[in-house]
Amino acid sequence: MRKNRTVFLSIPYLLWMLVFTLIPLGVVAYYAFTDVSTGEFTLANILSLGQYIGNIGDSMLYALVSALICLLLGYPVAYFIAKQSPVAQKFLYMLVMLPMCMSFLLRTMAWVGLLQDTGIINNLLEAIGLSRLPLIRTPAAVVLGMVYNYLPYMILPLYATIVKIDPKLIEAAQDLGCNGAQCFRRVTLPLSIPGILSGMTMVFVPAVSTFYISQKLGSSDTILIGDLIEKLFKQAYNPNMGSALSLLLMVLVFIAVAIMNRFGGEEDGVIV
Amino acid sequence: MKKGICLLLAALLALGCFGLSGCSGEDTVTITVYNWGQYMARGEDGCIDVIALFEEAYPGIKVNYVTVEDNETLYTKLKNGGISVDVIIPSDYMIARLISEDMLLPLNYDNIPNYSYINDDLKGMYYDPDELYSVPYTWGTVGIIYNTKYVSTEEVEEKGWGILWEESYSDKILMFSNSRDAFGIACYLLGYDVNTTDTDELNACAALLAEQKSLVQQYVMDQVFSLMEGEEAWIAPYYAGDYLTMAESNEDLAFYRPTEQGFNRFVDAMCIPSCAEHQEEAELFINFVTDPEIMAGNMEYVYYSAPADAAKAYMDEDMASDPVSYPSEEDLASATFFALLPDETTRYVEDLFIQIRAGSYTG
Amino acid sequence: MKHVNRAITVLIFLFLYLPMAVLIVGSFNTGSNLSHFDGFTLSRYAELFQDRALLALMRNSIVLSLLASVIATAFGTMAAVGIRALRPRLRGAVMAVTNIPMTNPDIVTGISLSLLFVFVGSGLLGMRQSLSFWTLLIAHITFNLPYVILNVMPKLNQMDPALHDAALDLGCTNVQAFFKVTIHEIMPGILSGAVMAFTMSLDDFVISYFVSGTDFVTLPVEIYNYVKKPIPPRVYALFTLLFLLILVLMTVMNLLQVRTDRSRSASHRAGMIKEEKR
Repeated sequence: MRKNRTVFLSIPYLLWMLVFTLIPLGVVAYYAFTDVSTGEFTLANILSLGQYIGNIGDSMLYALVSALICLLLGYPVAYFIAKQSPVAQKFLYMLVMLPMCMSFLLRTMAWVGLLQDTGIINNLLEAIGLSRLPLIRTPAAVVLGMVYNYLPYMILPLYATIVKIDPKLIEAAQDLGCNGAQCFRRVTLPLSIPGILSGMTMVFVPAVSTFYISQKLGSSDTILIGDLIEKLFKQAYNPNMGSALSLLLMVLVFIAVAIMNRFGGEEDGVIV
Repeated sequence: MKKGICLLLAALLALGCFGLSGCSGEDTVTITVYNWGQYMARGEDGCIDVIALFEEAYPGIKVNYVTVEDNETLYTKLKNGGISVDVIIPSDYMIARLISEDMLLPLNYDNIPNYSYINDDLKGMYYDPDELYSVPYTWGTVGIIYNTKYVSTEEVEEKGWGILWEESYSDKILMFSNSRDAFGIACYLLGYDVNTTDTDELNACAALLAEQKSLVQQYVMDQVFSLMEGEEAWIAPYYAGDYLTMAESNEDLAFYRPTEQGFNRFVDAMCIPSCAEHQEEAELFINFVTDPEIMAGNMEYVYYSAPADAAKAYMDEDMASDPVSYPSEEDLASATFFALLPDETTRYVEDLFIQIRAGSYTG
Repeated sequence: MKHVNRAITVLIFLFLYLPMAVLIVGSFNTGSNLSHFDGFTLSRYAELFQDRALLALMRNSIVLSLLASVIATAFGTMAAVGIRALRPRLRGAVMAVTNIPMTNPDIVTGISLSLLFVFVGSGLLGMRQSLSFWTLLIAHITFNLPYVILNVMPKLNQMDPALHDAALDLGCTNVQAFFKVTIHEIMPGILSGAVMAFTMSLDDFVISYFVSGTDFVTLPVEIYNYVKKPIPPRVYALFTLLFLLILVLMTVMNLLQVRTDRSRSASHRAGMIKEEKR
């Protein structure tokens, strides 16, 4: 009886989400299926998405590679933080979160200053008598930019999962004769899968849709989906084609997330 | 502790409200001026602050100064209809397009007496033949900016626009990120009319630009300043006035107008878009900026060419006679203006350019 | 293994903070190029405090993030309480919708809202200016809400329902019980949600870029414009000050939390409730 009335508290929220989340997606779909000059129904935008297949593939690949590297780099850090005293944990957590509060545009610009041909790293190389290296405007620079910007999104959820793992489980495994590596592989790692999945998603999604990192750190050949959408909206005045690409991007992201969740489900089954 | 947090939140919220009310004055009118980057003296580098001087002269008007990247972005923003601005400074061909789409308000020239100072040859030009919508802000030319440390003047003069396709400078070449200027250069190089609507010719331009892509370091607009000044790039096509700004920071930069192949001359003029809310105040602003003394002070920062000879009286000698800003009659004879293209052509060019940028152009 | 982890962690922290160090050093540089240190100066800080336009943008960003995060926190907490009372199947559906702004790429959220605002504002209502401070605020509240809900929800689930019932038995109304008991139990969730929302708002560029008009521009959006022009070094000075401010704020919050955690574990739970009721 009490609960029945509390339910009403969710209604304003449901309306808000309807108006500002679901309907806007409907508007995107509407634009995607209409012609840019006449406003009439058309499939032309959707059908011409094929020409951007290369850019779409690149975006997915860059985002996936970045997410995997984030996982490899982020896991030891998250694990290390989770094993500290509670006070140290709080401060390390803060240090991971702090970069997220600072302008990511400026931080990316700092990477440009570090990596460019006339940049800090190349100046140092030259000062110690080595030759300059082509660092910026390479695929590696784009991946570096993505890893740098989104690494905290990997560390934080990983840490949150690892810290919750009951130490008794590990003790039990040790009692049953597992060594350190076995404990990790059989207990800690499987139990941190939810964190891994949420970290992968949180890195993959912004990375696949970025338009800034690729513009600054990539070559003129690295045009990702985000770049195209931004150009179609801001420069070419073709919101309809831009909407079609956005729709596609959204579908791809939801598929990717669904696949990751699927993996999660199976792995969970194995543990149980 | 919890009370403390509540108090803190309340205080922050109050501060927020205060901050908000702070930005809407009582009796003042705020006009929004929408301009390109680095395109009005704002008191930096020892120059005048045009906006501060205007607000001083007209205490009832405040100026909200916002920048926009290029003509195409400006058009998109106005076309979308999401914004309200009072003064814009588009280039000639874009003014023609805005007029043809009924997106500008006719000006009341009674409020702009300084219009009389504008040079006669810049009045009634093709984009606004009846002198109804625009007051020239600057004019200028497009040329090749290059770094003499790495690129020889002889080579630039010999190849003209072709230097932008020179493989030995691969990854050191910048290119316009707006389709109109980029296709313009391809037209000059191929010897076509810059205002061509012929699809075969446009396709040939597109093929040329697609071929150039692998040599281009970045497609840019105003990023050109830091890239050229810092020698990250060596060759870039850009506007004469901006070259003078860059040359202040890097003496090795030089400027060349390919007079044999042809080059673009443009006029940027102040207009009032139909979404404006304060036409009269906007006209006062336009008039203020057109005052010869203010114009001279403004050009000291912007370095573009002044549209009123009267302003030269307030400039120092070198600046008033700089051949980069004020080329000879003979050189100007080989310049061409961009004209208004039909909608289909504009759309066609935009589509081609985005395909080139995406690497999906197949010819 | 422990040492390896420690070494990796140290390296990663260096990696995370290296670009910020570059920007901080840049704020003391007499030249404007990040790659060359020409000489030491403090004049960038003086320039910063004379640049009214930049300070106004900063104020805009803070005002917007504060308003958006406070509103989203109140609204989101209320919604979380409501959602928890829904039938399980419906709750699942609502949480799926809640996840949309989080899973959806920012650029799609940005353009979808921008299309909606322009479609409704300019198209249907014939407004001259459909993108304004209000659209920016709505967009920020929208993407902040999930962060609040996802932080509050677990705390609500963890809470012992008997506490709320006990308050009712002692004569509280539902509303009183919420403000006297529930809210204290879920406060850590509310706070972390609020902080996260504020952070997300303050640094949001992509969504703001698409939904802001000309009347109210935030710092990140203008920095994007700056990034196209040469960045005036006073922007680095602003960055440095913000960095220090956030560092101090976070440290203070952490210290306070550590203290309350200690006093909390010391005092008995029942005693706490009694104290709060007074």
